[in-house]
Amino acid sequence: MAADSAEYIKHHLTNLTFGKHPEEGWKFAENAEEIATMGFWAINVDSIAWSVGLGVVFCVLFGLAAGRATAGVPGGLQNAVEMIVEFIDDTVSGIFRHRNTLIAPMALTIFVWVFLMNLMDLVPVDWIPEAAKAAGVHHMKIVPSTDPNITLGMALAVFLLILYYSVKVKGVWGFLKELLCHPFPWYLAPVNLVLEGVTLLAKPVSLGLRLFGNLYAGEMIFILIALMYGGLVLGVFGTVLHWAWAMFHVLIITLQAFIFAVLTVVYLAQAHDVEEDH
Amino acid sequence: MNITLTLLWQTVAFFLFAFTCWKFIWPFLIRAMRERQETIAQGLENAAKAEQDLHQAQGRAEQMLTDARAEARGIVDAARGQAAQMIETAKADAETERARILAAAQADAAQEMNRAKEALRAEVAELAVAGAEKILEGSIDRNRHDALLSRLAAEL
Repeated sequence: MAADSAEYIKHHLTNLTFGKHPEEGWKFAENAEEIATMGFWAINVDSIAWSVGLGVVFCVLFGLAAGRATAGVPGGLQNAVEMIVEFIDDTVSGIFRHRNTLIAPMALTIFVWVFLMNLMDLVPVDWIPEAAKAAGVHHMKIVPSTDPNITLGMALAVFLLILYYSVKVKGVWGFLKELLCHPFPWYLAPVNLVLEGVTLLAKPVSLGLRLFGNLYAGEMIFILIALMYGGLVLGVFGTVLHWAWAMFHVLIITLQAFIFAVLTVVYLAQAHDVEEDH
Repeated sequence: MNITLTLLWQTVAFFLFAFTCWKFIWPFLIRAMRERQETIAQGLENAAKAEQDLHQAQGRAEQMLTDARAEARGIVDAARGQAAQMIETAKADAETERARILAAAQADAAQEMNRAKEALRAEVAELAVAGAEKILEGSIDRNRHDALLSRLAAEL
């Protein structure tokens, strides 16, 4: 049972990875060891497929609403979409005071996209992996935000935007000055560079790892609860636990999506802020 | 759990979706929402104005009704006054007519009485003369005393 459980958990936490095996060439990895040998040049096909698929769902839903958007009486979909848009617009205009039309739509994209990815966590953990197994696919991890590649990939995009806008607003020299002459005077530049560099790098790392950590832990608990569905008594208990955790998780997935979006806006607002001398 | 090429793909996907939302979704939704906000604000404003107009119209109608009532009361009062006056006039006319008729009747009666008196006088004079003739048995010259008797009769 213990070995079975370990196998079960491991199976649920393994991505469907496509990469170059040192001996067998390009193929889907069959186990964790094969994935390890593939190194960096491999792709978690399930993560990317679900992530992009959900991104497309977002674009189609909101695109439909945008295409049909009129000033008249809104329908159900348009109403829901506009509620989210207004919520994000209010939030962003409260945090981000500079002129940049990209920020609010990007925050909307992050919020809805991350929410949809997190939402996959509420699908019972066995349904899709078992269906995939029946269809001949070894592994299928359906929650992209439990894959650090996905969360850190988004964080990297945010980081690139931070660098881009820092340089765009302050100029190369202004950005360097911020890194070298702050918080201590210029003659402590190396210390400043270390401090500011860590601060700067901590932004994307914490952004990506926070989302990953929360969702990975949540997924783990769902898997552990799913392990209980053996006997009748444990099964009933497990069902109750599953329900309770799912209810709580609704809060977590929304909150994490919102935190990711808001922190992105905050970081980009900081990138736009020109530090006054002191 | 390894960091792989997946990360960079996700970064690219992020930019693509953010760009799509930025260019093709957000502006249309925001524009429609702003327009609806304006429409609703306009509608509310119009409704408030219409309500105000209604109040004004109601006030005017009330005023007109009050005026009409006052006017009607004035007309009724004037008519009553006129009727009373007409009755007064008619009464006065009737009174005058009565007085005139009375006066005429009195005058007629007086005339009649005078005429009767006249006749009586004449008769009394006749009788007196006849009586006196009988008493005096011709001693009285009828022609001589006629003037005297006429005077006597007139004095009666």
